[in-house]
Amino acid sequence: MNLAAAFQMLSVLVVPLIGFIAAMCVPRSRPQNSRSLALVMSLLAFLDSLQLISKFDRTQGGEQFVLDLTWIPSVDIHFATSVNGVSLWLIVLTTFLTPLCVLVSWNSIQSRVKEFYAFLLLLEFGLVGVFLAQDLFLFYVFWEVSLVPMYFLVGIWGHDRRIYAAVKFFLYTMAGSMLMLVAIIYLYLQAHTFSYTKILEMLSRGDLSFTAGEQMLLFLAFFVAFAIKVPLFPLHTWLPDAHVEAPTAGSIMLASVMLKMGTYGIMHFCVPLFPRSAHTCAPWIAVLAIIGIIYGALVAMVQPNMKKLVAYSSVSHLGFVVLGIFSFSQAGMDGAVYQMLNHGISTGALFAIVGLLYERRHSLEIKDFGGVATVAPWLSTAFLITTLASIGLPLLNNFVGEFLVLQGTAMEHYQWTIYASIGVILSACYMLWLYQRVFYGEVNPEVRSHISDLIPREWAVVIPLVVMMVWMGVYSQSFLPTVGKVTALVLEQSKINVPERVQIHGPRAGSMEAANAR
Amino acid sequence: MHASAGFFSPVDLVRFLPEIILTVVGTFLMVLDPILHKRSSHAFGHLSLLALIAAMGGSIYAYTEPGKSFNDMLVVDGFATFFRVLVIGVGIFTVLLSYRFLEREDAETSEYHALLLFSVAGQCMMAASNDLIMIFIGLEISSISSYVLAGYLRDDKRSSESALKYFLLGSFATAFFLYGVALIYGSTGSVNLSEVRRIITGPDVPSPVFIGLAAALMFVGLGFKVSAAPFQMWAPDVYQGAPTPVAAFLSAGPKAAAFAIFLRIFTTAFEPMSIAWQPVVFGGAAVLSMTIGNFAALLQSNVKRMLAYSSIAHAGYLMVALTARDNGTPAAMFYLVAYAFMNIGAFAVVAHLSGKGERYQTLDDFAGLAQKQPLTAAMLTIFMLSLIGVPLTGGFFGKFYIFKAAIESKMVWLSVFGLLNSAVGAFYYLRVLVMMYMHEPSKASSEVEPLPWGLGTALVLPAIATLFLGIFPSWVLDFARSATLLK
Repeated sequence: MNLAAAFQMLSVLVVPLIGFIAAMCVPRSRPQNSRSLALVMSLLAFLDSLQLISKFDRTQGGEQFVLDLTWIPSVDIHFATSVNGVSLWLIVLTTFLTPLCVLVSWNSIQSRVKEFYAFLLLLEFGLVGVFLAQDLFLFYVFWEVSLVPMYFLVGIWGHDRRIYAAVKFFLYTMAGSMLMLVAIIYLYLQAHTFSYTKILEMLSRGDLSFTAGEQMLLFLAFFVAFAIKVPLFPLHTWLPDAHVEAPTAGSIMLASVMLKMGTYGIMHFCVPLFPRSAHTCAPWIAVLAIIGIIYGALVAMVQPNMKKLVAYSSVSHLGFVVLGIFSFSQAGMDGAVYQMLNHGISTGALFAIVGLLYERRHSLEIKDFGGVATVAPWLSTAFLITTLASIGLPLLNNFVGEFLVLQGTAMEHYQWTIYASIGVILSACYMLWLYQRVFYGEVNPEVRSHISDLIPREWAVVIPLVVMMVWMGVYSQSFLPTVGKVTALVLEQSKINVPERVQIHGPRAGSMEAANAR
Repeated sequence: MHASAGFFSPVDLVRFLPEIILTVVGTFLMVLDPILHKRSSHAFGHLSLLALIAAMGGSIYAYTEPGKSFNDMLVVDGFATFFRVLVIGVGIFTVLLSYRFLEREDAETSEYHALLLFSVAGQCMMAASNDLIMIFIGLEISSISSYVLAGYLRDDKRSSESALKYFLLGSFATAFFLYGVALIYGSTGSVNLSEVRRIITGPDVPSPVFIGLAAALMFVGLGFKVSAAPFQMWAPDVYQGAPTPVAAFLSAGPKAAAFAIFLRIFTTAFEPMSIAWQPVVFGGAAVLSMTIGNFAALLQSNVKRMLAYSSIAHAGYLMVALTARDNGTPAAMFYLVAYAFMNIGAFAVVAHLSGKGERYQTLDDFAGLAQKQPLTAAMLTIFMLSLIGVPLTGGFFGKFYIFKAAIESKMVWLSVFGLLNSAVGAFYYLRVLVMMYMHEPSKASSEVEPLPWGLGTALVLPAIATLFLGIFPSWVLDFARSATLLK
């Protein structure tokens, strides 16, 4: 293994942890030091992750920077981490958003300042760890560890119903992950290893196999844990509460990164490990995803609260990701991954700007706004670009992802595409309507007295996000090739042990090729 | 065999060293009482602390001479040493907790410490017995001292009620155990565990009815001692009423020792015959304990009472380990260590916060502790997260290892049930965190005194140990796995 590269990867993980400890040690008398510290540490982690990109070999799809240290020898648990073309971008997304979260919270967090930034950095540590871990036990550890800081972020610095939201969030995730733990232990006892790569090898060599019933139960145990996190309809009810009650930085991290833990888990663990069950369940999951897309959009439309609206739009957007994965097509999977990143950027930006509005007006109710564009034109422009990105306007990021998902789905199941497309139309309705009510119309006198335009610190938050939206929309080639290499492997893996697939899809696949040849 | 030559040999004394140290110093403390009384109030504490540390050294030294002693009545093996060190460690933390508590309640006497030492001595003996009579004696030494300790604050009605209840139900439990012993002796002619095992597996198997009945009676007796459902009803009242350091002690020390006997009896003497019913009986007790403990804890507003129900739930997790038989033994041992640390830590915070006369024990009293004493709150957070079973804490790894053992023994249903139960449990532990971090300071946390050294040590060390057990579990786990029982 390439040790230098492996340590490069490890530093992305360790820097936030050092930041957490350092922030905890900041003297109570000077809490403001902790936010500068958090900014420096999170930027450092971001720079580290950029180095990771530069050292990443884009020509191959497998795991890179492989690091494997024995952690708990008696149970054969390893500290095994590595990066592939998908987790790379998710890690960069995490490290990219954390400094922005620090900046967003700069003035809005006034109580228990050092704990706030400490928990934010601990959250970053947990999230990066989730995307790095290649040992199932280690993955579970990071999965749960990331839960704790988010619980405190929502519970301490949230809005009125924060305690209810925090506890609900914790218990939902906990209940799901308990089932996953059973499945992980079961898998370990069958395979005698927690190593994900080794288990995959054993599966593809045929050294390890499960009966259909076993595989289905294991798949469901993993899937339910991930589906709660995504969240997939009907397991989504924690999400609106948590998103709405969280402080701005919490909402951003929750929506942009934590939800991706679920979809990443489905793609990285569920599908390759239990391909047969994944195929069997695919139609049902697709139905739930489509219900989520349409239901999320419809509920978003009637929300009087901006944050709640954005939260429900997440349910809708994440439905596309799940649909893309379970289309089992190259385009669909690529689109799903791309949509994960897009949603991270654009919903992160939506929450950030809604947070800025809240800081000014101290309200999230849409009716308290109106005519913001007149008094704060730049802020409105930024929100407009984000809105357009979110509804999938070409040249902006979400278009690419949604298009690929719909294309991939259409190649396999045309009806799914028809229903899912309704979601795209609805998203334009609720987002544009929101924009109209908040930014246009009569200038509310309260708005005139309270709302000012962006200040330099806020520019620093908005500009990187807008740049990424345009970049990802215009030049997706920077990202998609590495993603495609990984998804191709996942697809390959998902065909193992799926004999019926060949029979069912054989003729159709043939006719597709014929159509392409023509 | 050396025993035939004389009554006992020097090696026997080495193997019995911890018990000797503890009883001698305990008696010495009582003699010292009239001389030292009221002159230096911490002297008794210091002495018993020294005795316990010496006894811990003694039990480690005794392990350099492993084997059976006193006509096979005592056995020093890895298992016994593990539990001796554990219960003595619990004793040390209890003394540390007690310094400030006794001072505050103006109740520092030699007998508190003497009783504590006797109780620990009894538990050490339980851990190292290879003979049902020895087990019974150890159980009685430990229990009777604990009854008195529970009622130590005799002017406090709650404390007296706690002691009476503990005494009555505890005596019942001991009686059950003794009936079991009598039946065993009647049908096999021996009270030695190795001997009983030999007879049960031998050609002339005595009537299985009597053996079964004996096993059942012992199960009831020990079930009481570990507060496993359906024999758990004493625990909440006793823990709530007992002085907090004593409650901490009761929930960790005697429980660990009783589990040691559980493991020893049911993996040596009764092992050959318990295969058939063990999953049903132990599994059933596990399911009941987890469910009753967790769901009843949801409704509590008194933190001590909540911790009592939580200890019932944790007895349930340990019963899962017992159900898993051989796979489960190291898991149970590891869990008992992790549980001792996190529970003592949690009780330490209660003792710290509750103030003179233990006025502040409700959940609401914990409000805003994080603003007044962030370090104390952070420690309690670690303990609560460990009790929930969040990774990187000893509680998580213990739970993981128990359920791994259960799944290994093909009890997936029990694992699913247990883990979902612990998700329910998360709710009431989280309530403590919610109170400490998300509410404005209460009267109790505004009045809370600075952390005294003894209590501080009894908080910081368990917190470090909890994290250490979560991150590097191998040290304890490897010992637990290698500490096989001499059968």
